[in-house]
Amino acid sequence: MSVQPSPTLFMAAAAAPSDGVILARRLLRLRSPRGGMWARAARRVLRAPGGGGRGFASKAGGGGVSAGGEAAPQERGRVPGDVIEHLERLALVDFGSREAVARLEKAVAFADRLRAVDTDGVQPMESVLEDRCLYLRPDNVVEGNCAEELLQNAHRVMEEYFVAPPGTRFPKFNKLSHSKLKI
Amino acid sequence: MLGRTLREVSVALKQGQITPTELCQECLSLIKKTKFLNAYITVSEEVALKQAEESEERYKKGHSLGELDGIPVAVKDNFSTTGIKTTCASNMLKGYVPPYNATVVQKLLDQGALLMGKTNLDEFAMGSGSTDGVFGPVKNPWSYSKQYREKKKQKPHGENEDTNWLITGGSSGGSAAAVSAFTCFAALGSDTGGSTRNPAALCGVVGLKPTYGLVSRHGLIPLVNSMDVPGILTRCVDDAATVLGVLAGHDCKDSTTVQDPVKSFILPSLTDVSKLCIGIPKEYLVPELSSEVQSLWSKAAKLFESEGAKVIEVSLPHTSYSIVCYHVLCTSEVASNMARFDGLEYGHRCDINVSTEAMYAATRREGFNDVVRGRILSGNFFLLKENYENYFIKAQKVRRLIANDFVNVFNSGVDVLLTPTTLSEAVPYVEFIKEDNRTRSAQGDIFTQAVNMAGLPAVSVPMALSNQGLPIGLQFIGRAFCDQQLLTVAKWFEKQVQFPIIQLQEIMGDCSSVFENDLASVSLKQ
Repeated sequence: MSVQPSPTLFMAAAAAPSDGVILARRLLRLRSPRGGMWARAARRVLRAPGGGGRGFASKAGGGGVSAGGEAAPQERGRVPGDVIEHLERLALVDFGSREAVARLEKAVAFADRLRAVDTDGVQPMESVLEDRCLYLRPDNVVEGNCAEELLQNAHRVMEEYFVAPPGTRFPKFNKLSHSKLKI
Repeated sequence: MLGRTLREVSVALKQGQITPTELCQECLSLIKKTKFLNAYITVSEEVALKQAEESEERYKKGHSLGELDGIPVAVKDNFSTTGIKTTCASNMLKGYVPPYNATVVQKLLDQGALLMGKTNLDEFAMGSGSTDGVFGPVKNPWSYSKQYREKKKQKPHGENEDTNWLITGGSSGGSAAAVSAFTCFAALGSDTGGSTRNPAALCGVVGLKPTYGLVSRHGLIPLVNSMDVPGILTRCVDDAATVLGVLAGHDCKDSTTVQDPVKSFILPSLTDVSKLCIGIPKEYLVPELSSEVQSLWSKAAKLFESEGAKVIEVSLPHTSYSIVCYHVLCTSEVASNMARFDGLEYGHRCDINVSTEAMYAATRREGFNDVVRGRILSGNFFLLKENYENYFIKAQKVRRLIANDFVNVFNSGVDVLLTPTTLSEAVPYVEFIKEDNRTRSAQGDIFTQAVNMAGLPAVSVPMALSNQGLPIGLQFIGRAFCDQQLLTVAKWFEKQVQFPIIQLQEIMGDCSSVFENDLASVSLKQ
């Protein structure tokens, strides 16, 4: 019997822990060995929060973290091409290869697991020091006057200016070979 | 002398048994001998010798600055150091010489410490193996220890001895290796998701992550502003407390440092643990945990119990989401922090001059490795308008749930949590690189990153050697700003387990005489 797990199936399993755990385990066992981390993460998500306290069969020691174990390579949403381009433009970093895009898709799939957490009524936490007042220095100049030192680290300077090329044209990234920039 | 603890050497310096210059020379010589470990990116020999001279003058006049005067230390290469290049193991900052010292570096120097050099790391501290920097990976000194090699001989392997060396863990692997190999007495690391504790556990040294807000981040090239903390690596808990005492405190240049008056970090010698309550979080028992680490963890819990402490199982229900949450928040903040590297004011700059955006893009492509670029792109994805609520804000909410888990546990009477630090002992490099950086980071950080999200203090203490003769460490997690209590418990534990000293005489050559006397006299009794 071959069953194709889909992202939806895993998420449905997460919503109903007890049945989902058994079902997902069977599915995971049918996978071919690769990409262990995601499968392990999936098992952990499915097991929490009420499933603890079971005795887990632990791996033999030595050799530590190894590849192998079940995989869920289909568990990855496609990121559309226009988003890829948009990201490259925002980040000013190009993907450079198909693998990099695949890595992003895996990262997004991984992040999707957060949907299983119930955060109704929970405020986002920006800083662990949120219950304290942020310290602000008095607005007095006490140091500075080090323009020369700071300019020394730049490649192109002219008098006291950092020199940048004109900022009007945008590069178009060529994903497969990044030796040329077409603008 | 090099095998002694920081405080013992400090006493020796005061008593004139050795001079700072002699000490400095010994460390420099050892650094040269252990160059193959690749722990240091830059060795600041001239600077160190000059500082040693000045320290010697002070000792002669009886005006030493304190316990750190004349003590060789090393600093991770993502802390800015005036006049000494600071690269973050990246092409982006190759050759960058900062015009200022990080506050923590300045504090060490103000106390007279000798800066031996800048240590190796994963590029921009992203990784858990210290294998992804442009200067190459760091080798774990334990790969060359008598303890490990003796066990290996029992196995009929015909491999070349040096192809199977072990990783240090990361990302402060260089600092951990430097301390572990006796080339310095203390080293600074940084800890965002476990980057100080992970290599500490794998290299058999003490790795402390102070409470967020206790130690200044000014000058630490930031990764995740809301989680980064300078970390301290030493060979014993008392030394870590000594260094923390120097570094802790409000810094007006870092508005995220708290203004509370700094308490003392002198550690009492605990003899009675019966009033202590140790919590064991059950969700940390994951299938990937090696049986050896698991059994040591059990043994440690039983140790506390047998000495009268209350040991209870506790629950941190959102543990399984912790690594996912960390992944989203980390990449998002990284995307923001890496935006400053555009080649204009400092760092690498490409040759393209057609337009600003083209120049930025090419500079960043040339300067960053795949790991960094991958995180920047992931982070930007989570920060897109259409994704902001569902990923970034969601992760911030989950962060609060995780932080609250800890608060609830500590409010229920638990003083300190006891968990493993890593899934297993150090693995061979050839094994480690079979999976990509993100997979390995998720595995390496699994027990450590939740602490960063909650901003709590934590320390990894080496407990025992594995069947292969490699160090295994356990992690203690304390309440916020209760670093002293945390370290007191850690010190008690350290004394109980008497972790063995690494035996490196085989590769140290004529340095072995340096250790013979010390191995007899070194003691963890303070």
